Amino acid sequence: MDEGALMNFLANVSLLLLLIMTAAGAVLVKDLIGAVLILGSYSFFLALTWAWLGAVDVAFTEAVVGAGLATVFFLLTLFLTVPREKQGQLPRVQWPVFVGLPLLGALLLFVATDLPEFGDPASPPNTHISPVYLENSLKDTETPNVVASVLMDYRSFDTLIETVVIFTSGIAAALLLWRKKS
Amino acid sequence: MIYAHDSLIVQTLSRFIIPLIQLFGFYVLFFGQYGPGGGFVGGVIIGTSLIFGVLVFGLDPSRSAMVNRVLHGDGLGLLIFAGVGGLCLIGGGEFLNYADLQIPGMELATRRYFGILLTQIGVATDVAVTAISIVMSLSLTEKNEEPNGPNH
Repeated sequence: MDEGALMNFLANVSLLLLLIMTAAGAVLVKDLIGAVLILGSYSFFLALTWAWLGAVDVAFTEAVVGAGLATVFFLLTLFLTVPREKQGQLPRVQWPVFVGLPLLGALLLFVATDLPEFGDPASPPNTHISPVYLENSLKDTETPNVVASVLMDYRSFDTLIETVVIFTSGIAAALLLWRKKS
Repeated sequence: MIYAHDSLIVQTLSRFIIPLIQLFGFYVLFFGQYGPGGGFVGGVIIGTSLIFGVLVFGLDPSRSAMVNRVLHGDGLGLLIFAGVGGLCLIGGGEFLNYADLQIPGMELATRRYFGILLTQIGVATDVAVTAISIVMSLSLTEKNEEPNGPNH
């Protein structure tokens, strides 16, 4: 293994370890404000992972939404409630879990060997329609960022419905929280 | 309601920082066709700067007229997006096919560029107003002091 591949491997493994640690911490920590902050750092490491994989747009969105906006919403919600998890009885783990989950994991690992290698130019996602977008985006739409042209032009129906989802979230929050003064 | 932050340092500094965040948000929004970013991220950054202002300077929903109006703005971004799509229908075009926008003296590719820009502004408006409206909805609820959880 040469030096570049080793560095790549080490960075991948350390990012994965940080992701697992922060995710587990967000679940296990009893203090809810601490859990929210750990969840924000989880989003940050996830954004680093996306950037490492070359998906800069996704990394940007994950950093801004996951580490920024969602954390603020969680904190504002916590200020309205008790910022402490209730002491409850943890459910007993049944024995089928110890048999079923490793079996499921082994099955997933077995199937994962059939997936195309990361960055393989001959894989179906890279040969089906992506080359059409990559070649025609600048000519068709004068937009060098192919992600923007795919999102807003070639696939604008999807984005329209996603905008409806965001609109619905705002309306739903208002419907749940707005009360007339009694 | 959300009370104002009582530190003078925080208030003075945020007067400088909030416009900078908004400038960066507009940069991300309008640079989205050349680099990473775009309407969604730009809208979130602008919305976050508005939330920052609310958290620092406080918000009393019973006194603020904006609280009642912000929900009307919630649909504005969606209206811009779908409206641009609807404008493409004029002259027998297809919905959301920006090449059918009837703008005289503009190349087909430039029309699609223009359509992408307009719809990104729509998405950014929708996201920013939704973010601030969720915070205003949260500010309308008073803190529940009951230790046993909500009782209504």
